[in-house]
Amino acid sequence: MTTLDQAQAPTRAAPATERTRRPGLRRAGGYLVRILLVVFFAFPLVFMFMSSLKPDDQIFADLSSIKAFLPVGDISLSNYTGVFDTVPAARFLVNSIAITAVTVLVGLFVNSLAAFALSRMTWRGSTVVLAAIIATLVVPFETFALPLVWWVNKLPWVLFQDGQFFYSTGWLDTYRVQIFPFLANAFSIYLFYSYFQSIPKTLDEAARVDGAGWFRIYRSVVMPLAGPAIATVAILTFLPAWNSYLWPLMVVQTENLRPVMVGVSYFLQQNVLWGQIMAYSTLITIPVLVMFLALQRQFIRSIASAGVKG
Amino acid sequence: MAVTQELPPKGGLRTDTPATRKRARRGREGLTGALMVSPAVLLLIVFFFVPVGLCFALAFTNARLISPEPARIIGFENFSRLFSDPLFWKALRNTLYFAVVVVPLQAGFALLLALLVNAKIRGVNIFRTLYFVPVVTSIVVVSILWRFMYQPDGLVNNLLQTLSFNVVQGTDWLNNPTAAMPAIMFMSIWQAVGFHMVIWLSGLQTIPGELYEAAELDGADKWQQFRYITWPGLKATRTFILVTITIAALSLFSQINIMDRTATVVFQAVRVGYGQQETAYASTISLVFFVLVLAVSLVQRYLTREKG
Repeated sequence: MTTLDQAQAPTRAAPATERTRRPGLRRAGGYLVRILLVVFFAFPLVFMFMSSLKPDDQIFADLSSIKAFLPVGDISLSNYTGVFDTVPAARFLVNSIAITAVTVLVGLFVNSLAAFALSRMTWRGSTVVLAAIIATLVVPFETFALPLVWWVNKLPWVLFQDGQFFYSTGWLDTYRVQIFPFLANAFSIYLFYSYFQSIPKTLDEAARVDGAGWFRIYRSVVMPLAGPAIATVAILTFLPAWNSYLWPLMVVQTENLRPVMVGVSYFLQQNVLWGQIMAYSTLITIPVLVMFLALQRQFIRSIASAGVKG
Repeated sequence: MAVTQELPPKGGLRTDTPATRKRARRGREGLTGALMVSPAVLLLIVFFFVPVGLCFALAFTNARLISPEPARIIGFENFSRLFSDPLFWKALRNTLYFAVVVVPLQAGFALLLALLVNAKIRGVNIFRTLYFVPVVTSIVVVSILWRFMYQPDGLVNNLLQTLSFNVVQGTDWLNNPTAAMPAIMFMSIWQAVGFHMVIWLSGLQTIPGELYEAAELDGADKWQQFRYITWPGLKATRTFILVTITIAALSLFSQINIMDRTATVVFQAVRVGYGQQETAYASTISLVFFVLVLAVSLVQRYLTREKG
């Protein structure tokens, strides 16, 4: 390589000097472009956060100057306390946290278990099941969301109360209708499946010789090695669960069962209090943002792995 | 795999051979395997395969979301209604307009960002993270925030005025029929472009660095390197990105619902199926959406097969 470089050097002498004269300027220009882009992506969110700390008349007064992005003037948390008077924000937050946690945790279990059986065990029909699961990836949720509303309204449920079984029909207006449809996920299964394929099967055989059953192998051999896949699936399940809007909008009418994103529409129906809206928006964005900034490498790697799908 | 190879030819009769023991083990394995896969499969049947089937079936009925009477089969009535429904055509036109503009702009902008954050410079990780922040912000929050910024005396118009030294005067973005859609497009690209930047980036990182070194030696300039190394190297990524952006663009709903402007196919399906409780007609609209998405996926198939 070095000899080649030296051999080429004389012929490239002219452009090389031109290039060596400019790198400082070039680098500065490169940084300038990148920093301007940071401003472009950050300014609405900075504006949102700053406005959430100001009374409405000051938000509007600050719009025409740089003050819109600065925590100056009459700064307080009164918009935040106001939010809790306007909507049952605490209840919405608790609902979203519960729904998201259950969806992620149960989803991790159900999908990894299925992927384990598909990847590491030989049984009749496994290829057909795998192909059917992969085929579901091309159909977006919006295709069948409306028929699904009709369908969940017809689903049965059995309730055990006071030593008696009660049978009921219809899943509308429940927590379960916000969880069950999103537990099994073809893409999660696919991600686990491809990760499990990379774990040597000799490990299973060794464990079997030691008398371990399949579930034991799943729990104590394969899953402890699947950290990156677990992180990826958890992140890719967490985001849509926390952000879900269209589905709960349609299937939940009872205020007490609603998640955070649906709460936004409360602010748009009454006379619009922008300071409070900005406070509420900040409030429901912060959990995701904090998690993202703490785990940004894993987040970005997870999204990148979504790219292997094609 | 090893197990299959060790199986002897058929007809091994002695009961105690390793092969029969293995076969018995195989039976148990089959049962356990089916058991382990069953929760996911059951959930997918109930919450995916049945509703997808229902989408096709209900389109030929008069099913309503809540109705005392059972649904009746009415043949193609919903389809003839669909094709003579001006609201549907308007929604379809809006959806296609959105997709046709957003897909190339977002894909191109995302590629530009990916090239910027793929450079070997100090602090590149910070830029990557910051460009990605809007992606983790909910589209609901983003829509309401931009709805505020797009007001006639809002932040966007103030910024335009200040940055152009009072030359550019803004408009009432969301209430101006020609400006509303571009405003929503701009916001949607702002929110989602970081996602596709990361996917382009993972594509860029599969291209071996030696190729660039060799090109440099041959005196290729930056544009030639991009044209003859980067662009061909991104072929698979390109197809994937175009398909995912197109499908996302066709699914446009939340922005429209919150900004309260125009209508799209999915928005129309929700308005009919949920607002007016006409599940059957909403299924018909959803079918059109499905056909659009399927067409995009088939084009992807075709494009990737051509390469193989």
